[in-house]
Amino acid sequence: MKVGLFIPCYVDQFYPNAAIATLQLLEKLGVEVGYPLNQTCCGQPMANSGYEHLAGGCNELFADNFRDFDYIVCPSGSCTLHIKHHLHTKDEAEAAQIRHRVYELTEFLTDILKVEKLEASFPHKVGLHQSCHGQRGLHTSQMTELVAEDFSKPRKLLNMVKGLEIMPLSRPDECCGFGGTFCVAEEAVSSKMGEDRVADHLEHGVEYITAGDLSCLMHMEGILHRQGSKVGVIHIAEILNANGN
Amino acid sequence: MFSSRDEILAAVERNQPSFTELPDITAFKGDSNKSVDRFTEILSAIGGKVIPVKSIDEIRNHVAKNMQQGGRNITTVPLLGDIMEHVYRKDSNPHSLQDVDNAVIEAHFGVAENGAVWVTEEILMLRVLPFICQHLAVIVNANDIVPTMHEAYERIGNTNYDFGTFIAGPSKTADIEQSLVLGAHGPRSMTIFLMS
Amino acid sequence: MKDHAELAEIFNKDEQRVDWHDETLWWIRAKRDIAVHKLPEWEELREAASQIKVNVLSNLSQYLKQFEKNAQANGIVVHWAKDAGEHNRIVHLLLKEQGIDKMVKSKSMLTEECHLNEYLKAQGINVIDSDLGERIVQLAEEMPSHIVLPCIHKKKEEIGELFHQHLGTPAGNADPQFLTETARQHLRDTFLTRRAALTGVNFAIAETGEFVVCTNEGNADMGAHLSDIHIASMGIEKLIPERKHLGIFLRLLTRSATGQPITTYSSHFKKPREGQQMHIILVDNGRSVQLGREDFRNSLKCIRCGACMNTCPVYRRSGGHSYHYAISGPIGSILAPNLDMEKYADLPFASTLCGSCSNVCPVKIDIHDQLYKWRQVLVQKGYSPKTKTASMKAMAWVLESPGRYRAAGKAARVTMKLAPFAVNNKLNPWYKHRDMPAVPKQSFNEWYQTNRKDKI
Repeated sequence: MKVGLFIPCYVDQFYPNAAIATLQLLEKLGVEVGYPLNQTCCGQPMANSGYEHLAGGCNELFADNFRDFDYIVCPSGSCTLHIKHHLHTKDEAEAAQIRHRVYELTEFLTDILKVEKLEASFPHKVGLHQSCHGQRGLHTSQMTELVAEDFSKPRKLLNMVKGLEIMPLSRPDECCGFGGTFCVAEEAVSSKMGEDRVADHLEHGVEYITAGDLSCLMHMEGILHRQGSKVGVIHIAEILNANGN
Repeated sequence: MFSSRDEILAAVERNQPSFTELPDITAFKGDSNKSVDRFTEILSAIGGKVIPVKSIDEIRNHVAKNMQQGGRNITTVPLLGDIMEHVYRKDSNPHSLQDVDNAVIEAHFGVAENGAVWVTEEILMLRVLPFICQHLAVIVNANDIVPTMHEAYERIGNTNYDFGTFIAGPSKTADIEQSLVLGAHGPRSMTIFLMS
Repeated sequence: MKDHAELAEIFNKDEQRVDWHDETLWWIRAKRDIAVHKLPEWEELREAASQIKVNVLSNLSQYLKQFEKNAQANGIVVHWAKDAGEHNRIVHLLLKEQGIDKMVKSKSMLTEECHLNEYLKAQGINVIDSDLGERIVQLAEEMPSHIVLPCIHKKKEEIGELFHQHLGTPAGNADPQFLTETARQHLRDTFLTRRAALTGVNFAIAETGEFVVCTNEGNADMGAHLSDIHIASMGIEKLIPERKHLGIFLRLLTRSATGQPITTYSSHFKKPREGQQMHIILVDNGRSVQLGREDFRNSLKCIRCGACMNTCPVYRRSGGHSYHYAISGPIGSILAPNLDMEKYADLPFASTLCGSCSNVCPVKIDIHDQLYKWRQVLVQKGYSPKTKTASMKAMAWVLESPGRYRAAGKAARVTMKLAPFAVNNKLNPWYKHRDMPAVPKQSFNEWYQTNRKDKI
């Protein structure tokens, strides 16, 4: 099984540790991982702003980088969802193949690798933020709006981590308000949503907020930092790859 | 010159997608077990009151006890015509009911899942009756409680009523800061005499 | 005119009020959750409702003709209005014919969409809204901020003050029970003295030519049954094929809207009362155009429950008026651009695309996907600021080239490290309430080239 590691642009530039943890975790689980050096961005920043027609270059580049892999794995639900729904190239048959082979990290671990145990330890109280695109877009967790059986792929994985305690939240799947360019175009609402989301975690005594998407975490980190909070954000890959304190 | 009707219909016809079949909804059915208990529980939760009775005399006693002395009390039920003003004409002026305090009517049936009762103009005589009175009481037979709205419409079938309405509890509003207030424009209370 | 972001910023100046608004609507969402989780068949009901509505849209012209024929046979007069103006003129004419200059109206979002009240006022007709929430916003000279809860943005003290000014209640009394009782007395007099009543329509049934109006207050019925002339206004998409389909829709509507199992009154108007005139106005006003937009036609499935507003984290924190359209929230944002792309170009962007709206929708409208698609259409049609287009082109130019991307990434990180004031300033909206992330030593790409040399 040849897995292509798809690291979103902002993770590459600002959160390399999450990318390193993703790589090490997959390697630890015996997966052969390749990382195409010429990758940049999935094109979502343009597309979500209404400029999907400008994402053609990114799409072709994505296909060039990832066409040879059995699976493409990404530590971001949002970027994964974008590729899954909106990747179109000159070779539509190939694009369909690629759309079908792209996986968000936690769903790849639970559904493809069928991970049942992990040698990880993270003795902390953790709040799990359900990033919307992973949860509602990729169905990595059940959604509170639906009358359907409860499940959560990231929670299942976190429960395998020694010492980790998942703290309950008042609103388990409310959006953090990042929303791509929404975070600056609708600054007032976006910030307020982020502050409210952070407050829910703080009220429940978390030491860390984790998620499958660093865009949400970056947003909440910006708020926590501004508030002078000691609570940190950490990508789920870093927890699943952690072996210590 | 084309009429607006023709223009609208032409535009709709031009733009509507290709035909899609209706779904089969016959599988939707409620559980008829404990319908009476559910009806009672739900109507109470939405502000109504259920009084189980065994005979019209029991209803008569209740009504006589709770009727407002000096108020205007009406009914469309002939058997109660001796103790209340009997409304039996469809053609009276609806405004004539503006000062009614209590009204007692019958319902065709009730619905367990939402505490509603189904009444039609034949029962009401005047459509405005169950809305304009201050307090409404409805007699419904315990055997006539259907589990869900699916059975309700099955029962209504192709009945040719002029006006019909489901009534579920007293009139209410929560428009001011979501504070529930009973007695918005219609009755302030709704009592169901559940006849077994 | 201010756009959604500007109006939302004003709303957010009073954070306590935002919190109160958010909590109030979330509470309704929570009530909805409790109600729907009592029905194990909930998702099947949504699917059935969606399929019925898809069938309606695919056969709408037939259903309209069938409804017209049956309604006429029932003694209802059927009118057709191409747009808001024609609808308003029909209403006015009907009143004029009867020499009526006062009308009572129950809730109808369509008449809000058509700006009927303003029109009739200009013609010298006095209209009184009888739904309590609508009456309150009418006294305040505002638009409803929510389709089900028109004055959800107002605090009881503000309502008390309005009643003090207009209805003569004692100053400072803000008790909901007292204020509702006052409105009851005031509107009872209105019901008894109006010869004309206008109502909305929740569902119209092609098979029988009847229509259904749902209220909790009983105001639609009080108005209609006491009037000489009952006018019902409905959008052409409100049709459903058969009476039995009401079983599906009435189970979904109120549970989705407020968490009640059903509204207090679900009234089926089939024939006019003896001596009464009953009119129904079938209004297009852009609906047939929307029907032709493949990506957006499903928005016409909407049954106006308002669940998408209650669940929307943006709506809850920006208030209904920030959408500057009769129908606010996510559903309004996909309906409004159909009527005027330029005026409502901002609305599809007033969302994080979190998708909660689509999940609560009782007729399974893909609301958040349509928001995404409207963004594409609006940009393509040129309703996007030029500066945004320029920056998007620049961004695409950088991101489609690995070399330019790496250089830009490095430059950004170096800038943030050496000159943090370049991003940490007032010109950066992010920085207003949020810090920028710390800058790492190297990118993952650089790390990989150092640490996985064997793999390259």
